[in-house]
Amino acid sequence: MNEVLTAPLVVEFPFTRSLGPVQSAFLTGLREGTVLGARGTDGRILVPPTEYDPVTAEEIRDLVEVASTGTVTTWSWNATPRRGQPLQHPFAWVLVRLDGADTALLHALDAPGGPESVSTGMRVRIRWAEHRGGAITDIACFEPAGDEEGPAEPAPHTGTFADPVTGIVAEARLDYTYTPGRAQTRYLNALAEHRTLGERCPRCRKVYVPPRGACPTCGVATDEQVEVGPAGTVTTFCVVNIKAKNLDIDVPYVYGHIALDGAGLALHGRIAGIPYDQVRMGLRVEPVWTEGGRYPDHYRPTGEPDADYETYKELL
Amino acid sequence: MTGTDTRKAAVVAFAQTDHVRAADGLSEVEMLLPVLREVLDRTGLSTGEIDFTCSGSSDYLAGRPFSFTMALDGVGAWPPISESHVEMDGAWALYEAWVKLLTGEADTALVYAWGKSSLGDLPMVLTRQLDPYHLAPLWPDSVSLAALQARSVLDAGLADEEELAGIAARSRRAAEDNPHVRQRGPAARTAGGYLAAPLRAHDVPPVTDGAAAVVLAAGDAVDRLTDHPVWISGMDHRIEAHGLGVRDLTDSPSTRLAAERAGLFDPGAPPPDIAELHAPFTSQEVILRNALRLGEETVVNPSGGPLAANPVMAAGLVRIGEAAARLARGEGRRAVAHATSGPCLQHNLVAVLDTDGAAEGEPR
Repeated sequence: MNEVLTAPLVVEFPFTRSLGPVQSAFLTGLREGTVLGARGTDGRILVPPTEYDPVTAEEIRDLVEVASTGTVTTWSWNATPRRGQPLQHPFAWVLVRLDGADTALLHALDAPGGPESVSTGMRVRIRWAEHRGGAITDIACFEPAGDEEGPAEPAPHTGTFADPVTGIVAEARLDYTYTPGRAQTRYLNALAEHRTLGERCPRCRKVYVPPRGACPTCGVATDEQVEVGPAGTVTTFCVVNIKAKNLDIDVPYVYGHIALDGAGLALHGRIAGIPYDQVRMGLRVEPVWTEGGRYPDHYRPTGEPDADYETYKELL
Repeated sequence: MTGTDTRKAAVVAFAQTDHVRAADGLSEVEMLLPVLREVLDRTGLSTGEIDFTCSGSSDYLAGRPFSFTMALDGVGAWPPISESHVEMDGAWALYEAWVKLLTGEADTALVYAWGKSSLGDLPMVLTRQLDPYHLAPLWPDSVSLAALQARSVLDAGLADEEELAGIAARSRRAAEDNPHVRQRGPAARTAGGYLAAPLRAHDVPPVTDGAAAVVLAAGDAVDRLTDHPVWISGMDHRIEAHGLGVRDLTDSPSTRLAAERAGLFDPGAPPPDIAELHAPFTSQEVILRNALRLGEETVVNPSGGPLAANPVMAAGLVRIGEAAARLARGEGRRAVAHATSGPCLQHNLVAVLDTDGAAEGEPR
């Protein structure tokens, strides 16, 4: 068994999210150095606030301002911070109940004294980020505080600010190691040698190209390799008139389904070496490889007579 | 919800992969196929004879959009089958299939789930399930969040670190008898410093690739497919608020309510002989034992549980499968299986299983 192919894969997905009245007020407040909570139907002050009561699901809009000092309700020690986390040196994750609030907010605690200096019940205060734009990260982190008490009673707040934040862009990036699996590794390795390798279903005998390791009809593994092609038949096609980004191909061009000889289904590829308006069903084509290419650049006519419809009608 | 008087559904077969650190070189469908074959072979059914197919997985684990459609190649989805998928643990796929069986729309169901966590950085991948305004921008990894919960459990005096170590040791000792799991034996990771204080390495589940499958049946199909049906007498799932600071992290009211609705606490019902709990972190087992009112008479996680193997998205389904397989072998007559989802036991499913007195062995 040859080494299975792997490649680094980075997935980035920035979501643009709208905020609604409560989150807009909360995040705009953070920008202004003000922490807002919402009064739940049972009178509890929720920080961070929610739009709907977590118990009754009633809409809640009654906002209050709470203190920027609070008490740690639980904590854990993060000795090896990861990308994106609030601090890049060891810190404590903390849930903090801010003075005047009844629920706790998650954030980082900068604790230069190490884990020995952190305890449940310790007093902390918000360290504001230098540059704030209306996000939870406007709180840079918490830091240890003395016995200073904030106002115990939350003060009513309209939630109104000049130039409110109405949306956030939530950046996200995840890093993976991609592997196509055994069947596709065999296929890709063969392709690099200018051979097309399908796999045959042991039950229905259909040859899958490209192979994915299983027959979707029978639900069994395919493990017999079968070389197909190189020539094949155009089963259907379309004329592309829209230029794709980053693709150096003049329009119009033809993209088609091609049933390689011996394959049980068609794969797709670009068809060139013939005027676009002369491509037709049944046209016989063969792959064209570029120097060092790991896959066919396109397919061109072989010059053979067209295939009879009966020979490929099941492959449409 | 419980089964009706006229219609009950049973687990008739279960199969799982050997759960490993990294299923090297296998695509998801390649990892899944042997399990699907095994579970179908046990019932003598072919893929085309299954009335309803339902799977659980998450595209985020392998970073592969619509990966479940690729996995469908493994079940023979052509000609078109009746099929559904949940972006959740397979235990929730089993719940959907169970409801379908109880309605009478299907007599047989194939449920499967898989996860290849090895392809990404799992604790960071799991941050993407969090609230996008207050939590996700801080990238709080899953181990750190579980550690916050563990601290709450310790602070409340529900357990001490020694008891947590005991849970880890017991789980990995039990796993010695389970050929499918990856952390077994008393020496496995029971020492070491803090990974995310107060959690040590032994309190944390191993990153695991794996898959599992279950066949359910109802009506006449049950007798046709097995001599040892394990009946699902009740099943329910409940969720709590997403805000971590809103919840009491030392308790699991959602588990308790799901258990009550699934009939676990029914008057006159005997305590379960077996509990398979989806508690990836030792401290979560303490919380779940309390919520499910488990006592000395119940053997907890005889399979080794998620501390021995934690194939994310399949680990909950494995709990149901393990509990059912043990009852089918006569190791008990009543079992409770639990699955969880979300941070710090946010969402919980409880299934109550019994053999209806049909198992071999002494009457109670």
